[in-house]
Amino acid sequence: MFANIDWNIIVRSLPYLFFDGMRFTVTLTLLATAGGIVIGTLLALMRLSGIVPLALPAGAYVNLIRSMPLVLVIFWFFFLVPYIGQWATGSERPIQVGAFWSALVTFTLFEAAYFCEIMRAGIQSISRGQVQAAQALGMTYKTSMIEIILPQAFRNMVPVLLTQTIILFQDTSLVYVISVTDFLGAASKIAQRDGRLVEMYLFAAVVYFVISLAASHWVRRLQHRIAIIR
Amino acid sequence: MRYHWNWGIFFELSPDGTYAYWQLLLFGAGWTLATALSAWLIALVFGSLVGVMRTTPSPWLVRIGNAYVELFRNIPLLVQMFLWYFVLPEVMPEAIGDWLKQLNNASFYNAVICLGLYTSARVAEQVKAGILSLRGGQRMAGLAIGLTLPQTYRYVLLPMAFRIILPPLASEFLNIIKNSSVALTIGLIELTAAARSMSEFSFQVFEAFTGATLIYIVINIVVVNGMQMLERRVAVPGFIGTAKPVAGH
Repeated sequence: MFANIDWNIIVRSLPYLFFDGMRFTVTLTLLATAGGIVIGTLLALMRLSGIVPLALPAGAYVNLIRSMPLVLVIFWFFFLVPYIGQWATGSERPIQVGAFWSALVTFTLFEAAYFCEIMRAGIQSISRGQVQAAQALGMTYKTSMIEIILPQAFRNMVPVLLTQTIILFQDTSLVYVISVTDFLGAASKIAQRDGRLVEMYLFAAVVYFVISLAASHWVRRLQHRIAIIR
Repeated sequence: MRYHWNWGIFFELSPDGTYAYWQLLLFGAGWTLATALSAWLIALVFGSLVGVMRTTPSPWLVRIGNAYVELFRNIPLLVQMFLWYFVLPEVMPEAIGDWLKQLNNASFYNAVICLGLYTSARVAEQVKAGILSLRGGQRMAGLAIGLTLPQTYRYVLLPMAFRIILPPLASEFLNIIKNSSVALTIGLIELTAAARSMSEFSFQVFEAFTGATLIYIVINIVVVNGMQMLERRVAVPGFIGTAKPVAGH
């Protein structure tokens, strides 16, 4: 059963797995989360603005992305981003972007749709009285959003935003379908090169499990702490 | 260099010589639905069992249930696919391993089991939340009128809990349809894989993905409407469940 298992292969490939693979995974997760939250918040503001030319396209975008599987979105952007680059720079031919940029654009725009819905729920969780109070004090819409509503909405949603980030961390493994060397990609390359599928995939599973479990426990603790203060 | 659109590609014959490309996409959609529906059965059965376990008074059942949920929730779906498909046959006794490798439609069975168990952890989370959202008095009342604990679950707690969690269950069902696309990595030709191979054979990348996207949207609309109908049918008058925002896909 586990007779011809070679655990040494893991030790030998640790530098490659973590310095090449995990660094890519973590960078992609953090940048896509940051970008996704910014764009997602803008989308949420558009959806809640009550201005039809803003609300309609934002809603359509969010619903379109949310009805598509991530794998299909990855394929879409993998082929689309070079053409977007061509259009944006006005160049003659499609711009060749690296795997990292393609993946970053994909995950940022994909997660933006999910972060939008989280932020929308966060904004709606603030009572209308606060908006009216801000208006009564003479604040503009922009000031009341930036000073009053968004900080509270953001804070209420911190646990959900973080949980979504953990899901994003796991989802980045899907860049496998465009042959990018993230953590799983690195494990998979060694697995196939040396015929060590069992060791490498089990190890990858353990690493993802430990990181996600630790992160989700931390989020839960944080949730309790925030709940007490409020 | 510009992209050459050719929407007529859907009606051209695919390299298999028998079917047009639009038929290939529909076959893909068929596999997507078959995988998602079969996996949903597993997810509902195991998810309900584990969800109930986590609300029982027995600390050991709660612990086992918690461990189950953490295990399936904290490993990426793609890694779980690989574990079922590549690793399981290797760590089994040789005879069983060989049988698994030679199985017809192995990627379909693997995808169903993997996706089913993965989603069952998420269903368990919802079922637990649904039961805990009921007032504690309901359980006590059930026990007080002489029902056993299983009977209390069967006749008092679960009928209410399932109605409350119908909206989150509906979105889990949408998720399982979307997540079935991950099975393309183990060779299942579901909708996304069909669009991918169409794009590779015909070079009409964007038409192929547009076709798949439209089919996903149609499936989505049908499921959402069906679930809303179901929700109205089973609604208990004067009792409205509220859906809290949760992270997920």
